[in-house]
Amino acid sequence: MTGRKIGEVILDLKNISLSFGGVKALQDISFNVLEHEIRAIIGPNGAGKSSMLNVINGVYRPQEGEIILRGEHFANMNSYRAAKAGLARTFQNIALFKGMSVLDNIMTGRNLKMKANMLLQALWVGPAQREELEHRLKVEEIIDFLEIQHIRKTPVGRLPYGLQKRVDLARALAMEPQILLLDEPMAGMNVEEKQDMCRFILDVNDQFGTTVVLIEHDMGVVMDISDRVVVLDYGKKIGDGTPDEVRANPDVISAYLGASH
Amino acid sequence: MFYRENGQFKTSYKSDQQIFPIPQDRWAIVAIVALAFFAVPMMVDEYLFRAILIPFLILSLAALGVNILVGYCGQITLGAGAFMAVGAYAAYNFLIRVSGMPALGAILLGGLTAAAVGIVFGIPSLRVRGLYLAVATLAAQFFWDWAFLRVKWFTNDASSGSVSVADISVFGWTIDSPSDKYLFCLGILVIFSLMAKNMVRGSIGRQWMAIRDMDVAATVIGIRPMYAKLTAFAVSSFYVGVAGALWGFVHLGSWEPAAFSIDRSFQLLFMVIIGGMGAIAGSFFGAAFIVILPIFLNQLLPVIGGWFGLEVSIALVSHVEIMIFGALIAFFLIVEPHGIARLWSTGREKLRLWPFPH
Amino acid sequence: MSFFLETLIGGLMSGMLYSLVALGFVLIYKASGVFNFAQGAMVLFAALSMARFSEWIPQWLGMDNLFMANVLAFAVSVAVMFIVAWLIERLVLRHLVNQEGATLLMATLGIAYFLDGVGQTIFGSDIYKIDVGMPKEPVMMLENVFEGGILINKEDFVAAFISAMLVLALTIFFQKTATGRALRAVADDHQAAQSIGIPLNRIWVIVWCVAGITALVAGVIWGSKLGAQFSLSTVALRALPVVILGGLTSVPGAIIGGLIIGVGEKLSEVYLGPYVGGGIEIWFAYMLALMFLLFRPQGLFGEKIIDRV
Repeated sequence: MTGRKIGEVILDLKNISLSFGGVKALQDISFNVLEHEIRAIIGPNGAGKSSMLNVINGVYRPQEGEIILRGEHFANMNSYRAAKAGLARTFQNIALFKGMSVLDNIMTGRNLKMKANMLLQALWVGPAQREELEHRLKVEEIIDFLEIQHIRKTPVGRLPYGLQKRVDLARALAMEPQILLLDEPMAGMNVEEKQDMCRFILDVNDQFGTTVVLIEHDMGVVMDISDRVVVLDYGKKIGDGTPDEVRANPDVISAYLGASH
Repeated sequence: MFYRENGQFKTSYKSDQQIFPIPQDRWAIVAIVALAFFAVPMMVDEYLFRAILIPFLILSLAALGVNILVGYCGQITLGAGAFMAVGAYAAYNFLIRVSGMPALGAILLGGLTAAAVGIVFGIPSLRVRGLYLAVATLAAQFFWDWAFLRVKWFTNDASSGSVSVADISVFGWTIDSPSDKYLFCLGILVIFSLMAKNMVRGSIGRQWMAIRDMDVAATVIGIRPMYAKLTAFAVSSFYVGVAGALWGFVHLGSWEPAAFSIDRSFQLLFMVIIGGMGAIAGSFFGAAFIVILPIFLNQLLPVIGGWFGLEVSIALVSHVEIMIFGALIAFFLIVEPHGIARLWSTGREKLRLWPFPH
Repeated sequence: MSFFLETLIGGLMSGMLYSLVALGFVLIYKASGVFNFAQGAMVLFAALSMARFSEWIPQWLGMDNLFMANVLAFAVSVAVMFIVAWLIERLVLRHLVNQEGATLLMATLGIAYFLDGVGQTIFGSDIYKIDVGMPKEPVMMLENVFEGGILINKEDFVAAFISAMLVLALTIFFQKTATGRALRAVADDHQAAQSIGIPLNRIWVIVWCVAGITALVAGVIWGSKLGAQFSLSTVALRALPVVILGGLTSVPGAIIGGLIIGVGEKLSEVYLGPYVGGGIEIWFAYMLALMFLLFRPQGLFGEKIIDRV
């Protein structure tokens, strides 16, 4: 890859355990993410990948373990704090705001950066109006970047699946995140759409220096674009390393091929 | 002149962010508002003011408030009537207990009180939704029904249980004739509608809608559900409360708690469903529909009954009325959940292309 | 003491009736996820139907037998409620499958208005008598335990007995019959039930019919106590806190919730009411339910819901 430089540890997860009632979704999982890298989480269905992502950005609260973000300990991570700390994510089952246009969906991603109070907004004067314009400019940049100018005003509910995924990414990018969590960004796409999405992910990583953590099922894609891969199976970590190392790991092979343990 | 945008290009994002980006729409709205302010007062008789126009304006304002909560923020309420009552009684108490309190000040303070009460009864929305929230709002309804009936302090120990307000005056303008009342309500409605429109197209409105459409995704991009929901409750209750104060001060003059019963709450919800959830214009359509339908049926049904030699009683008319409301609610929820407002905008989309749709 | 007991028993009795209405809510909610705001309107509709047919049928047939008139009127009312149930499913709910809870709630609010309107248009809007031969005279009890004993309506005992029988019958229906099993399967998971060949629409019609019958029984009991009149339709609003308290998906919850609310209302009215001006029954129940909502949203017996992303 080009001249991007992998940095220090930006996100460190230590001994994360999460259970729902009696079901142990994650057991004692530790791994870290380096600044500017593309980190993939893979594993068979039900391995706990999405739960892992949900723990990272505070949707689920793990029973044990800690999350260290840029050296800061987060004992009680919640979604709001995660967003403030510069974490953005996309969803496996697209979670766009169906009643709103593409533009409004992406503008919503800017909400943490918009400070004008409600009364000013109601009167549409001064800072409120200025802010709306400034952020619109930023959002238009993202729209250009992801090549979705033509659907700006369309309600997202009317868009085809592939484009909805792209709007989901656009909304996350509007937050100008330091770490981008992608939950199966290419699921259900055709080859062409996958190529586009890969290109966008690599561009984001390359141009903005955004750290990417992604879950993906398509092994070809994962091995191609990620710097390091962590492998989960039944809530346990069974492998961690570069794509080549992981590919050679006997535990990973048996988990994927279902060979006898 | 065709209703057409050909040749109109936007050269800045600012012009693209206007409320009515199409100039024809803008002129039409200006014309309607001008007509409402200057022409209507000269053409209309007293009955029309009292029976249709003033109730329409005030209920539009209340429906606007309910729409912010239900249509934009997705939080159901069956207690809007109670917040009208809180607005009306709070305004009444401010007026009589604070010496030198101007009427407009009392009305706005009534709205603010309703907003505060709205926040309190909105707290359950942080934990529950749907039906459960409906129950919380019903609790508000029954509690305030009771409070204004039984707690004598609220009614200034009036022996009859009803309170009354003399004709109010605002900045030296005494609002006593029907056309004055109409103009006063119209002025408030226009201002409040503009503010509502600004809110829903701004950051706060997007937060409300995000919570409505997908609350988990909303929290993940940093929207605090508590802030979004409670502001929606506050703003909504403020609007509804001001409408309640106007209903008492301007429309009724003297009133009892029954004026704001649970039927009023349902009526407001119906306006929003029929008019259009999540559309400012829907509040007006819904209010117009619900104010006019009973009057229309009252005129029409006896005539139809006459053709068949039947005598149509007042009771029957009211039964037919609730039947039609009920049926329309189900109809709109099934066929067009965005109500008359959506039918209207679909019609306009067609008109933009007419007469050459391809 | 005897006054306390009388209040308590009075509360239990009205609680029993709330339970009956709440049962209608729970049945439909379990099977279709719809919270049926129209349950109260169905009670009114059924009561009006029962009252008017028991008046009309003797006129039409020219007979003078109260018992037969009641039996026939009950049969006709059952048929009427079946038709209502079928129409509701066919015309409204079928088109709203997979909609959000709030939308369904508002739709049933519309149905409630429609039923209120239709019922009063067809059957009239006065207060009508339902006379199914319920014993009216009060009896003294426990005279040897307390001084003065306690005064209880026989009617209440009969009503409680009928309610208990209905609950028992429903329990057997749910647990032992094939249709009952299908109903429970649908309640657990719509799609899974459909995939093993359970016809959803038919199940829903059946559930609405059963809810219609509970509405009829509740309507007859309330109607014979208070007369069949419009205020019956507000009973849905009285029974709403009951299901919140008991849990929306639990039949025993509906029963116990009903009893708690019934007793709570009466005791609060008698012992707390005088200090605050009286008439606190209805909001007291709601506040009780609200407290529950804040601390235990799933109710006493309901199932906890876990959100998935």
